[in-house]
Amino acid sequence: MIYSDKVMDHFGNPRNVGVIADADGVGEVGNPVCGDVMKITIKVDDDRIGDIKFQTLGCGAAIATSSIVTEMAKGMTLAEAVAITKSQVAEELGGLPPAKMHCSVLATDGLKKAVDDYLVRHGREPIAVGTIAHDDPDFDPHAEDDGEHAH
Amino acid sequence: MTERSVYLDYAATTPADQRVVDAMLPYLTEHYGNANSMYRLGRDASRALEDARERVARAIGAARPDEVIFTSCGTESDNTAIIGLATAAGRTSGHIIVSAFEHHAVLEPAWRLGKQGFEVTELPPRPDGTVHPDDLAAALRDDTVLVSVMHGNNEIGTVQPIAELATLAHERGALLHTDAAQTLGKIDFDVAALGVDAASFSGHKIYAPKGTGALYLKGGTRMTPYLIGGGQESKRRSGTQNVAGAVAFATALELMDAERPAEGPRLAALRDRLVDGLLGRIEYAQLNAADAPVRLPHIANFVIPGVEGEAMLLHLDAAGIAVSTGSACSSGSLKPSHVLLSIGCPVEFAHGSLRVSLGRYTTEADVDYLLETLVPVVDRLRQMNPLYEKMVAGLAGAAD
Repeated sequence: MIYSDKVMDHFGNPRNVGVIADADGVGEVGNPVCGDVMKITIKVDDDRIGDIKFQTLGCGAAIATSSIVTEMAKGMTLAEAVAITKSQVAEELGGLPPAKMHCSVLATDGLKKAVDDYLVRHGREPIAVGTIAHDDPDFDPHAEDDGEHAH
Repeated sequence: MTERSVYLDYAATTPADQRVVDAMLPYLTEHYGNANSMYRLGRDASRALEDARERVARAIGAARPDEVIFTSCGTESDNTAIIGLATAAGRTSGHIIVSAFEHHAVLEPAWRLGKQGFEVTELPPRPDGTVHPDDLAAALRDDTVLVSVMHGNNEIGTVQPIAELATLAHERGALLHTDAAQTLGKIDFDVAALGVDAASFSGHKIYAPKGTGALYLKGGTRMTPYLIGGGQESKRRSGTQNVAGAVAFATALELMDAERPAEGPRLAALRDRLVDGLLGRIEYAQLNAADAPVRLPHIANFVIPGVEGEAMLLHLDAAGIAVSTGSACSSGSLKPSHVLLSIGCPVEFAHGSLRVSLGRYTTEADVDYLLETLVPVVDRLRQMNPLYEKMVAGLAGAAD
């Protein structure tokens, strides 16, 4: 399994690492038993993502997808941010090995959660709810992986 | 950032020793004959092959040279032994016991037999990383035909009490096979002292090339051959023999045995330096199977709570260090190491395991370089972990 140069760049020098202390929205997905956890904090200005930071426990792809999704989302409107797909994240990184595609779901789900958290805090309707894979109790992040492996 | 290259994954594979390569090369170029041909080139090859067989038989304490079957690798030896011994004499059912932390080269054939009429018991090791004789005694049945327990575990380096286990198996009429890929040459290994019926070996773990291996099969033991065809190796393993590989295997094993009196203690001291250094410098780190009564001198496996193994491995790779991890992500599988889970390591910590394995060319400076590189890598990854505080809450053993 070989990572693209861009994955290795974002893994080795991740952008926007950290926690925004007075965040407007917080999204946390995954759990340590699965081996990956992501937390995104955002500041929102005029319905755009003004600042964004992340923390991730996970493999190289999990860290790289987290990093690139923060770059992609910064400056986007909330509606644009929640529309980022896992394929766009993988594409932006120059591709991911098939067994690692699920890592990009962690990143997009974390972002969606943070946006919805912001909206709910402000008494507004969440816009990503229903599209967050990790909210599904039957969600299997590895389901689309190589079918040889039973989960 | 550095051009330094430090290989600390000798349990995965070893470089071929130049002395081994020198010994084998003439059998690739000059003495290239097929060992089964009658003319001189063939006879020369056959002599070299049988000489290698005698040397291996002597080194492992076999009663006769023909108890040694040359194979292409440890996996072939394991597959041959498990399937060939279980199905010997046309048997289609029976009970098989394998330890739960066997290499997949043993587990997979056992599972296949389990779908084909055999009943398979996976015997869990105890938390000290050892298969306890009492547990085997309780699992043995009158219809148990085969027990397979690895001699030294490839991930955690614990050594199993094979002689005791073999006695118990024999008392119930079962055969005992041991996967000795990690122990041959590393610690004393004698088939007679261990009392095993079959044992698997791999050349590339002892500084011979990949693609070499051997299977010990005690004289008189019935086994259905796995590779069939030309009837080589006394009809127990068909396929033109890899004469150069057999010469390499024998040479490599003799070097291991000759150098072990000095090399064993040297590696054990390096391992202890590594264990002490790592546990002393990385908060909450633990040595897996720390209570094992006997362990290999060259393998140490740690859990480093709050980090993920693949990320750790990639950062170390960037600094020129090669190690391995039992995290799910590193292997392309989904669950972390079945070995670590079998000894009770919590899943979330198994994702953060680190196996360091030392060998012939490892120096103190290599170990120290790993330690000084690892500390900031772990700090960095832990700082990026949103749940770090939660994950280590309640863990003892803070470094000071």
